[in-house]
Amino acid sequence: MSNYKSKEMLSKLGPLFGLILLIIVVSILNPSFLSIANIFNVLRQVSISAIIAFGMTFVILTGGIDLSVGSTLALTGAIAASLLASGTDPFLTMGIALIIGLILGAINGVIITKGKVAPFIATLATMTIYRGLTLVYTDGRPISGLGDHYSFQLFGKGYFLGFPVPVVTMVIAFVILYFILQKTTFGRRVYAVGGNEEAAKLSGINTDKVKIAVYAITGFLAALAALILTSRLNSAQPTAGESYELDAIAAVVLGGTSLNGGKGWIFGTLIGALIIGVLNNGMNLIGVSSFWQQVVKGIVILIAVLMDRKKTV
Amino acid sequence: MIEMSGITKAFSGNVVLNNVQFELADGEIHALMGENGAGKSTMMKILSGIYTKDAGEIKVDGQVVNFKSPKDAEKLGIIVIHQELNMLPDLTVTQNLFLGKELTYGKTGILKTRQMEKEASQLLSKLGLNVNPKTRTGDLSVGKQQIIEIAKAIASNAKVIVMDEPTAALTDREIETLFQTIRELKAKGISFVYISHRMEEIFAICDRITILRDGQYVGVRNIPETNFDEIVAMMVGRELGERFPERKSTIGNTKLEVRNLTVNGLFHNLSFKLRKGEVLGVAGLMGAGRTEVAQTLFGYRKASSGEILIDGKKVVIKSPIDAMKYGIGFVTEDRKTQGLVLDFTIKENITLTNLDKCASSGIVNQTKENSMVAKYIEELKIRTSGPEQRVKSLSGGNQQKVVLAKWLGTEPDILILDEPTRGVDIGARKEIYQIINQLAEAGVAILMISSELPEVIGMADRVIVMQEGKLTGEVMKEQMTQEIIMQYATGGEKGVQL
Ligand SMILES: Nc1ncnc2c1ncn2[C@@H]1O[C@H](COP(=O)(O)OP(=O)(O)OP(=O)(O)O)[C@@H](O)[C@H]1O
Ligand SMILES: [Mg+2]
Repeated sequence: MSNYKSKEMLSKLGPLFGLILLIIVVSILNPSFLSIANIFNVLRQVSISAIIAFGMTFVILTGGIDLSVGSTLALTGAIAASLLASGTDPFLTMGIALIIGLILGAINGVIITKGKVAPFIATLATMTIYRGLTLVYTDGRPISGLGDHYSFQLFGKGYFLGFPVPVVTMVIAFVILYFILQKTTFGRRVYAVGGNEEAAKLSGINTDKVKIAVYAITGFLAALAALILTSRLNSAQPTAGESYELDAIAAVVLGGTSLNGGKGWIFGTLIGALIIGVLNNGMNLIGVSSFWQQVVKGIVILIAVLMDRKKTV
Repeated sequence: MIEMSGITKAFSGNVVLNNVQFELADGEIHALMGENGAGKSTMMKILSGIYTKDAGEIKVDGQVVNFKSPKDAEKLGIIVIHQELNMLPDLTVTQNLFLGKELTYGKTGILKTRQMEKEASQLLSKLGLNVNPKTRTGDLSVGKQQIIEIAKAIASNAKVIVMDEPTAALTDREIETLFQTIRELKAKGISFVYISHRMEEIFAICDRITILRDGQYVGVRNIPETNFDEIVAMMVGRELGERFPERKSTIGNTKLEVRNLTVNGLFHNLSFKLRKGEVLGVAGLMGAGRTEVAQTLFGYRKASSGEILIDGKKVVIKSPIDAMKYGIGFVTEDRKTQGLVLDFTIKENITLTNLDKCASSGIVNQTKENSMVAKYIEELKIRTSGPEQRVKSLSGGNQQKVVLAKWLGTEPDILILDEPTRGVDIGARKEIYQIINQLAEAGVAILMISSELPEVIGMADRVIVMQEGKLTGEVMKEQMTQEIIMQYATGGEKGVQL
C-alpha cells in the first residue's frame, strides 16, 4: 500500500522535477538568473498568473473551464481604479472589487448550472460580455491618477519581512486554497463532482452549489489579481488580462491536473505557474526573441502533457 | 487449445496471482470461480493481453505466445467481454457493434451504413434481442447492453470468448437466450471461459471448472463429477451453511406509502406500502421500470403525479438531498456510473454520502473518517490493501460492498437496494444478506429490487411484481415460487389484482 502511494506521489511530483531542471538549465546559461532581484522579479510576475490559475484549478477539477478570468480581471481592476481615483477608501475599494469579482464568477456558475450551458460556451460569452462592459465603463481609456494611498501602493509594490507583498499574498492564497481542497468537505466535493457527477448527485451532494462556488472563487481570485496588477501599474488598462485564461489553463495542465476533472492538485498549479514564469524570464535573459518564446512555451506545454499521458496509460 | 501455467502477477508489490494454471480445450465451456478478488478477472486480462504477466507461460495451440496488447490476443481469436461494460453510450447500437471494424466501400472510408444496420439487426434478432439498431446505446438497459457486447464478440469471429460475469445484469429469460447462443457456438467449436458467481448457471452450462482462492490455484473439476458443496468448499475454504440466513424481525407500522405514483412513459399508478422491519422484494423483467421507481422515490427523477407518504405524512422529494433528509438510502444498480467515483479511494467513496458526520465546521476530521471507514471495511469484509486503495482497482464484488458501505454510513430508515448482490461472490452474498437482515431487525424498511428469483424468494417477506411499468401482482412469503412470480412478471395469468 505504501508502495502504491509513493508511486502516485512520485508521478505527482513530476512537474516539480521539471521546474528544478529548468532552473538549473537557465542558471547555467545565464547565472544572473539566480540574483535575488531577478528571483523576486520572477515571483512578482508569477504571483498574478498563479492566483488566477489557482481559481482555474478549482474549476477544472469539477470538469469545467473558465475563459472569462482575464475579462473579470480587467473589469474589477477598472472599477477599483475609478473608485480610488474618486477618493474612495482603499480598503473599501478592495472589498468592493473582490465582491464584484465573486459575483461575476457566480454568474458564470449560475449560467452553467441553472441554464445548463457548457462551461466553455458560457464563459466564452461572459468573457466577451465582461470585456465589453470594461470598455463601456472606461470608455476604452486607461484609468490613472489613483492618488497615492500608501496601503494600496503597498499591495503591489511593497515588501513584507523582506518579501514582495504580491508574493506573500500568493503564498497565503495558496496555503488557504490548498487547505480547502485537501482538508475540507467542500474540497472533497469539488473532486467528487469532477470525478463522477452522477454518483456525486446520487450521494446527496448539491452539485450545482459546488459548481457555482468554484466559479465564484475563481472570480474572486481574478479580482485579487486585478488589485495587485492595478497597484503595480498604478493604473487600470481596459485591455488588461487578455489571454490570461490561456496561461492559467496552461499552468493547471502543466501541474498535472486533468482537464476531465476529478484528478489533480493545486500544488501542481503553483509549480506550473512557476515553470511558465521561469521560462518567460529565462528566455528574456538568454535573449531568445519574443517570437520564438511563444514557440518554446507551446512546445514545453505539449511535452508536459505528453509525459503525463504516458504515465496514466 | 489454451494452456496457462505458473502465472504470477503483482500490482505494486501486492501479489494477486501466484503460480496459477488454467487450461481450455476446443469447444469447451470452462468456468472460472472464486471469491471476489480471487484473481479471476486479472487472470483473464493476462490471457487477453491487457495486463502482462510477471511470470509463467501461455500456450495457444501448443505455441508459446507473449501478448503485448489486446490486439495481439484478438488476432488469435481470443475475445474478452469484460465485467464492466465497455459500450460507448452516445453511439448507436450498430456503431458500437462495428466499432473499429466498420464496413466501408473499398478503402474509401465511406461507411456502408445500411448494410451494417441490416447485419446488426440480424445478429440481434438471432440473440433474441428486440431493439432497433439505430437506438442510442446509452438509452438501453444494462442487460440489453450486455447482450450487445456478446453480439459484438460473436460478430468478430472469435475462437475463444471470455465472459466475465455476463449474466450479472440479465434476467432469467435473457440468460436462457444467452445460454442457447453459447451452446450453438460451442457446437461450432468455439470455446468459452465463463466467470460467474451464480452456481446454478455453472452447473447448467459448463463442462469443467477451475477454482481460485486468494490468487492461488485450488483445483479443476469435471462438472458431472462434482457438486455444489464441493465447489463452495474449494472456493471459500470453509463451511458456508445456509445460503439465505434466517431473519427474526418484527414487522412494524407502515414506513413508506406510495399512492398512484406515475412517471409518464415509464410507469403508471403505482401504489404499495413498505413497513418497518420488512424486506419488500420488487421483481420483474429487465425494463419493467423498477429502477425508475427507485430513482423517483429517491428524488433523482421527477414524478408526473402521485403521492409519497413517510410515516403517514405526505412528503415532497425533489432531490436526493431531500430523500436523504427523510432517511432514505439508495444502493444504485450500476456501480461504475452511479455508485462510485472510480478515481476516489475506498475511504473517500464510503464517506461521500455523510462527509458532514466526519467533519466539524467543514473541515474533515481524518481520525473520525478513518475509524468509520475501518469499521465498514471490517464489517463488510472488503478485500483491499487498505482504505487508500482506489476503488478503480478493486474487484467487482468489493466495489459493490463499498457502495453498500457508503449507504450504511448514513444510517437510513428506508433503504432501497437495486440489485444489491450483482457480481458478488457466494460468501460475500451471504454477508450482504446478513447485513440486510440486521438492518431489517433494527427496524429499517427495505425495498429490494432483484432480478434473481432465488434471492427474492430467499430474502423477501413480500414481493411486488412489475411488468412494463405496471404493478401486476403481490405475493406473500408463503406463496412465493418462481413460477408465480414469473407469471406476474410476464403478464401470464392474473392472480391478486392490485
Ligand atoms: N490495476 C490494479 N491495481 C492494483 N490492484 C489490482 C488491480 N487490478 C486488480 N487488483 C487487485 O487484484 C485482486 C484480484 O482482482 P480481480 O479483479 O482479478 O478479482 P476477481 O476474482 O475478478 O473478483 P470479482 O469476483 O469481485 O470480480 C484484487 O485484490 C484487486 O484489488
Ligand atoms: Mg472480476
